Amino acid sequence: MMNDLERTIVNGLQGGFPICERPFLAAAERLGIGEEELIEGVRGLLDQGVLSRFGPLYHAERMGGALTLAALKVPEADFEAVAEAVNAFPEVAHNYARDHALNMWFVVATDKPERCLEVIDEIEAATGLHVYNMPKLAEYFVGLRLEV
Amino acid sequence: MAECTEESTMCDPRHALLLQSVQSGLPLVHRPYAELGQRIGMSETEVIGLLSEWVAAGIIKRIGVVVRHRSLGYDANAMVVWDVPDGRIGDVGRRMSAFDFVTLCYRRPRQGDAWPYNLFCMIHGKDRANVLAQIELLAASCDLTDVPRDVLFSRRCFKQRGARYAARALAAS
Repeated sequence: MMNDLERTIVNGLQGGFPICERPFLAAAERLGIGEEELIEGVRGLLDQGVLSRFGPLYHAERMGGALTLAALKVPEADFEAVAEAVNAFPEVAHNYARDHALNMWFVVATDKPERCLEVIDEIEAATGLHVYNMPKLAEYFVGLRLEV
Repeated sequence: MAECTEESTMCDPRHALLLQSVQSGLPLVHRPYAELGQRIGMSETEVIGLLSEWVAAGIIKRIGVVVRHRSLGYDANAMVVWDVPDGRIGDVGRRMSAFDFVTLCYRRPRQGDAWPYNLFCMIHGKDRANVLAQIELLAASCDLTDVPRDVLFSRRCFKQRGARYAARALAAS
């Protein structure tokens, strides 16, 4: 379980981290903790796996890349093998099993727009399944903030 | 030779180097931007300037932490999908995203009979019953009680990592 300090850090840094000479000091002052406490706290949270990343979050399209959400209808018996084949692609960023006939949902992120469709084709070839490709057409919200 | 478009800010090899070096994460030291600069032969001021520029341009959404939500007890991760009449979708999307329990909200293309839904929102909750009640609230407040919808809870997460980008200038070399 997280202690109060860790909770403060997780809640306080999801919104953003300063870009200045002493960013840990600036962020720590805002959170009412010490600079060293913040640095060691972030290290601990990364080590425990509570945080998967501490760094920049890129906007794929503005980076010149592409991002899409895709789904597969996987026969239950083949699920593990298909998951392995899909996850083997370095361009696959997330992959979730969900309760639906379309039961595998993953995000494909590529650094060139044309590569995105190639990866979709390659996943179809590797799995023998049709990939339902659902790139976003509009975005109504971007933040992901979880209070702990 | 990789294509280098006007929109691509990563054509300068030094920029590409910074991008690559910051991608794996900020160093956990008092002056992380100085440390990053030192690795690639850039001054702290230059690193701060470039990163600030990228945030201002929206290339970097923000610098911050990414929480592995399952490790925090957010197990009820629901993708809620709706078949909203096309003419209403902008209005509905904006109304839906105003609810603070909605963490993402996108319009996506329908997939014929296999998938009639065009509006996707994510709700990360700790408790399934609570998430279902929040979905009822959304339906009632966005005038969606009559439209087809489905709720896909996640069963397992096989992979969760940030997207990684190799900058074009590096890909070209």
